[in-house]
Amino acid sequence: MEDDAPVIYGLEFQARALTPQIAETDAIRFLVGTQSLKYDNQIHIIDFDDENNIINKNVLIHQAGEIWHISASPADKGVLATCYNKTSDSKVMTCAAVWRMPKELESGSHESPDDSSSNTQTLELLCHLDNTAHGNMACVIWEPMGDGKKLISLADNHLLLWDLQESSSNAVLSNSAALEGKGQLKFTSGRWSPHHNCTQVATANDTAIRGWDTRSMRQIYYIENAHGQLVRDLDFNPNKQYYLASCGDDCKVKFWDTRNVTEPVKTLEEHSHWVWNVRYNHSHDQLVLSGSSDSRIILSNMVSISSEPFGHLVDDDELSDQEDHHQEEKTKEPLQDSIIATYEEHEDSVYAVEWSSADPWLFASLSYDGRLVINRVPRALKYHILL
Amino acid sequence: MSGPGPGPGPGPGEPGSEPPGGKRRPHGMLKLYYGLPDPAGEARGGLAPGGDPGGPTDINGAHFDPEVFLTKLRKECSLAQLMDCETDMVKQIRALDSDMQTLVYENYNKFISATDTIRKMKNDFKKMEDEMDCLAANMAVITEFSARISSTLQDQHEQITKLSGVHTLLRKLQFLFELPARLTKCVELEAYGQAVRYYSKARSILHQYQHMPSFQGIQDDCQKIMANLAQKLREKFRDGGSGAKDLAECVELLLQLDEPAEELCDEFLSHARCRLEAELEALEAELGQPGGAPITDILEFIDRGCNIFVSNMCLVIASYQELFVSREGVQGITRMAQDKLVAFVNSLMETYFSLVERRIQLEKGVGDNSLLVRALDRFHRRLQALAKLLPASNVAAEGTEIVVRAAKERIRQYLLALQSFYQDCLTDVRQSLAAPRLAGKESPNLAELLGTISASVLNQIKSVLTYVHLFTAKDITFSNKPYFKGEFCSQGVREGLIVGFIKSICQTARQFCETTGDKGGSTPPALLLLLSRLCLDYETSTISYILTLTDEQFLVQDHSPITPVTSLCADAREAAQRLLNHYVKVQGLIISQMLRKSVETRDWVNTIEPRNVRAVMKRVVEDTTSIDVQVGLLYEEGVRKAQSSDSSKRTFSVYSSSRQQSRYAPSYTPSAPLDTNLLSNIQKLFSERIDIFSPVEFNKVSVLTGIIKISLKTFLECVRLRTFGRYGLQQIQVDCYYLQLYLWRFVCDENLVHFLLDEIVGSTAHRCLDPVPMEQSVIEVICERG
Repeated sequence: MEDDAPVIYGLEFQARALTPQIAETDAIRFLVGTQSLKYDNQIHIIDFDDENNIINKNVLIHQAGEIWHISASPADKGVLATCYNKTSDSKVMTCAAVWRMPKELESGSHESPDDSSSNTQTLELLCHLDNTAHGNMACVIWEPMGDGKKLISLADNHLLLWDLQESSSNAVLSNSAALEGKGQLKFTSGRWSPHHNCTQVATANDTAIRGWDTRSMRQIYYIENAHGQLVRDLDFNPNKQYYLASCGDDCKVKFWDTRNVTEPVKTLEEHSHWVWNVRYNHSHDQLVLSGSSDSRIILSNMVSISSEPFGHLVDDDELSDQEDHHQEEKTKEPLQDSIIATYEEHEDSVYAVEWSSADPWLFASLSYDGRLVINRVPRALKYHILL
Repeated sequence: MSGPGPGPGPGPGEPGSEPPGGKRRPHGMLKLYYGLPDPAGEARGGLAPGGDPGGPTDINGAHFDPEVFLTKLRKECSLAQLMDCETDMVKQIRALDSDMQTLVYENYNKFISATDTIRKMKNDFKKMEDEMDCLAANMAVITEFSARISSTLQDQHEQITKLSGVHTLLRKLQFLFELPARLTKCVELEAYGQAVRYYSKARSILHQYQHMPSFQGIQDDCQKIMANLAQKLREKFRDGGSGAKDLAECVELLLQLDEPAEELCDEFLSHARCRLEAELEALEAELGQPGGAPITDILEFIDRGCNIFVSNMCLVIASYQELFVSREGVQGITRMAQDKLVAFVNSLMETYFSLVERRIQLEKGVGDNSLLVRALDRFHRRLQALAKLLPASNVAAEGTEIVVRAAKERIRQYLLALQSFYQDCLTDVRQSLAAPRLAGKESPNLAELLGTISASVLNQIKSVLTYVHLFTAKDITFSNKPYFKGEFCSQGVREGLIVGFIKSICQTARQFCETTGDKGGSTPPALLLLLSRLCLDYETSTISYILTLTDEQFLVQDHSPITPVTSLCADAREAAQRLLNHYVKVQGLIISQMLRKSVETRDWVNTIEPRNVRAVMKRVVEDTTSIDVQVGLLYEEGVRKAQSSDSSKRTFSVYSSSRQQSRYAPSYTPSAPLDTNLLSNIQKLFSERIDIFSPVEFNKVSVLTGIIKISLKTFLECVRLRTFGRYGLQQIQVDCYYLQLYLWRFVCDENLVHFLLDEIVGSTAHRCLDPVPMEQSVIEVICERG
C-alpha cells in the first residue's frame, strides 16, 4: 500500500543515537544525535507528518562532542540528556549532560525551515552529570512516568542515581552502586522498569543482566550468561511487570521472566549479526522490534508471552450479542508467535530502533551511515490486533 | 417337367416306375396320413414342379387336385417333357403298388402270431388257480394244529415262570444277607474294586427296603464297612506314592462310592500344588540374591524350569484330566473339574511366569543373545505342549506375551547400547583430539578418526542386527507368531532400533550445537567438524545402506507406517548443516575474541607509529591457516570466484567508506566536508548484502569464508566504537593490509575480504582525530618485513 512504504531521511553525519520525544504524545517526533569528530555535532529533531507522509526537520548544534546516547525527558518536551565524547589533550572521555532545546522547537510546529535558519539554533545546557570520579558514561536513563527529576546514568562500573534540582539546573548525585569483581567491569546499557513504582532498574554488563532496586541500590536479580556474548540492550515489557527482553552479540533476542532467571522464556534467533537494540511496543507488547548490525530490523509478534496471549479480549456486552461469533473466535486462539516483517532499507549497521511515543503503529530506525527510516506496522496486523 | 434326379412322381395310374428312396416312401405316406411331419416327403415336395408344397399341384400333398395338376402340366410342359413325366409316374405307381403288397403281407403274419400267444396264456392261468386253492386249504389245517398244542402246554409254562422268579429272589436275598461278610472279606483281601461292585449292586435295594429291620441291619453293616473302605481309599489317595494307575482306580472307586468329586479334585490339586510349589521355590533360589548375579545362565534356568516344573505340570494335568475330566460322568462334574484345573494351572503358571520374567530382566548383557533366544525358544516350545494339553488356559498367549516383552526389552537395551557405544566413540575422539595437543605433536588426522568412528559404529549396528535377527530365525518356534513376522521387524527393529539410533545421532549432534552455544565451546571445534562430516556421510550413503540392510534381513510384512529414508536423510543433513554452522560460529568467535580484545584494550589515540604488524594479526592468519588445514581434511575444496592475479597488490582507498552523502534522502545540500569516493559508494550500492552468521555450504571455501566474515565484521564493529589517533589509523592500515595479503586465498570471493577490510579502514579513518594515512609503500614494506 502506498502509505505503508517506508520514509527515509538522511543525515550528513554518522549517527548512533535515537530517541522518541517521550513527553510528546500527539506529534510523531524523534531526536537523532550525530557522531562526527571533526565538525560540530547536531541533534536533528525529526517531525513526521503522518497524513502527508512528509518529514520536517530542525537541527540543533551540539557543540560538546559526538553523541553516543540520547534520551528525552518523560515530563518536559524540551529537555533531553546526551552522552557525548569529549576529546582533549589526546584523551577521550565520555560525559553526560542535560540540555534544553529552544522553546519554539519543542513542539516543532512551524514550517520547514530553510537551510540557513536551521543551523543557527543551539542547545541550552542545563547541567552536567559530573562523572570525573566514575569514568565514561555509557547511557542516561530517565525515570519513566516520573516528573523528569530523576536520572540514572551508567558510568563504567558505576550505577549513579541523580536528582535534578533548581529547575534542572543542578544535578545532585543522590545514590550510587558499583559493580565489584574481577577484571574491568563495564555497564553497556540499562533500562528503568516502569513497574513497581519505578523502583527497579536493569543493567547489562558483558554477558550478564542485573536487576537493581533504586531505593537500596542493591542487586535484586542476576542473570549470569544471559547471552553467549556481550549483552547490547534491554527493554521491559510495558504491560507485564516481570518480563524483560534482551539482545546481544550472539544474534539472539531473549525474553526473561525476572522471577525465574535460569532459563529464558523464549529465544529468537533471526538476525545474522549482533543485535544492538530491542524494543517493546508501548501499547501492544506482543510487537517487538530488534535492530542489528546485519542492517536489518525485524518486527516480531510474540503473542504467546504478551499480555494478550489470546488476542484482543471481547467485551461482555459484545459477548451477549454475539455468542456464536465469540465461540468461533475462541477456537482459533491462541495465536502463534511469528516474525511479522524484516525491514531491509538500511545498508549499514542499525544501532538504534525506537517506537514512536505518539503513534503505536510507527517506529524509526537509525543506521550508522546516518539513514533514518520510519516504518509502520503492516496494516493487516494492525487491524488484526485492534479488531 | 423340371428338375433332374428324384423329381415329383408321375401321374397316377402309371405303375412300374421305381424312384430312388422308394423304400421309404410308403412310411412317408403313412406318416403324412397320420399328420406327422415327413422330412423326406417335404424335400421332395420342395422340388415339385409347381413349387407349391401342400398346394393343389403337389402330387404328394394332402390337397392334391388332379385336374389342376394336369392343367398345369399341359400348360407348362412340352410334349417331350410330358412323355418323360408320364413314364416317371407309371414307374412310381408300380413301386407304390408293390410296397402296399409287402406291407399287407408283413402285418398279417404278426397279427396271426399275436393271436396264438394270447390263446396259450389263457390255458396256463387256469392251471395256476387250481394250485392256489390247494395251498390255502393246507394252511388252515396247520393253524388249527398249532392252536391245539399251545393250549395244552399253557399251565406248565406258568408254573415254571413262577418258580424261576422265586429262585431269583431267593438268590438275591442270599446275596444281601451274605453281603457284609463278603465285603469284609474283600476289604481284607484289598479287593476294593470287587467290594465296591458288590456294594453298588445292593445299594439301591437296601435303600428301597430300609424300613424293614432286617434289611436295615444289613444296610448299616454295609455302610460301616464301606465307610471304612472309603477311608482306606482316601488314605491311599492322599499318600500319593502309588502309581498313576492305582491312583486312578482309587478315584474311580471313590467316585462310585458317591464321594463328592469337588472335594477329591481339591485334594488332588492341593497335593500337586505342594509339589509344584516346592519346585518353584527351587527355581526362585536360582535367581540368586536380589541385585546379585544369577547363579545359572538363562538357558540352564529355563531348561530346569521346563524339565522340572513344566513337565511335572503336564503330568499333573494329564492325570487330572484322565481322572476327573475325561470320565464319562455327569456333565456338571466335568465342567467343575475343568474349571478347577484351569484356575489351578493359571495360578501356578503365573508364579512361574513371574519368575521367568524376573530372570529375563536380569539378562542385561548386550553382547551375543543367542543364549537368550534359545532359552526363550525352549520356554515357548514347552508351553505349546502344555497349552495343547489344556487349551482352556491362557498360558500359551501369556507365554508369547512374555517372549514379545523380552524381545521388546531386548531391542530397547540394544538401542541404549548403541547409543552408549556412540557416546563412547565420541569420548574416544574427544580424547584423541585433546591428547596430542598436550604432547605437542601434530594434530590427529581427522579423516582417520572419522573413518574409525563411522566404521566402528557401522560394525556395531551390523552386529546388533545379527543378534536381533536371531529372534526371527526359522527354527525358533515363536518366530512365526504374527508379532515377530510383522511388528517386531517394522516397529521394533526398523523403527525402534535403527531409526531410533539414527535419530539419536542427529539429536546428539543438535545438542552439541545448543549446549555449547552459550557456555563458550566446551566441545572442541574439531569434533563439531568431524560430526558434521559424519552426519553428511550418513545423509549421502550410510542411512540408506543401513536401512536397506535392515529391510533385507527383516522382510517386513507389516504395513504399519514407517519412517521413510528421505526424512531421516533430511534429518541428518539438517544436523550436519547445524554442526557446520556451529563450527563456523565457534571458530569465528575464537578469532573474533582475539580481534575484539586487541581493539578494545588499546589506547588508540596515544599509540606510537606502527613499525610492525600487530602480533594478533599474525595469530589470526595462523589460526585461519590451521582451520583451513583442518577443514581440508574432511571437506572438499569448493568453488571460488575467479581471482585476479594482483590480489595482494591492492591498495586501500582510505576514504572509500566516507559516505557522507545520503543517497535516498530528500536532497538537502549536504555539507559533504570530506572527499567522497563516489566509485566506492556505487560499488556498495550494488554489492550484495553480506549475511554474517549465515548457513555455509559443505565445502572448505564456504566454511572459511564464513569464519573470516564473522571475524572481520567483529573487527569492523569494534573499530567503530573506538576513537583513533593518527598512528592508530596507520596501525589499522598496516594490520588490514597484512590480513588482505593472507586471507584472500581462503575465501570464495576475495572481493568480500576487500570489501570488509575497506570498511574497517574507512571506519577507522572516520573515527580518527587526525586522519593522515600512511604511505602505501611504507605499509607494504612493513608487511613484507613481518
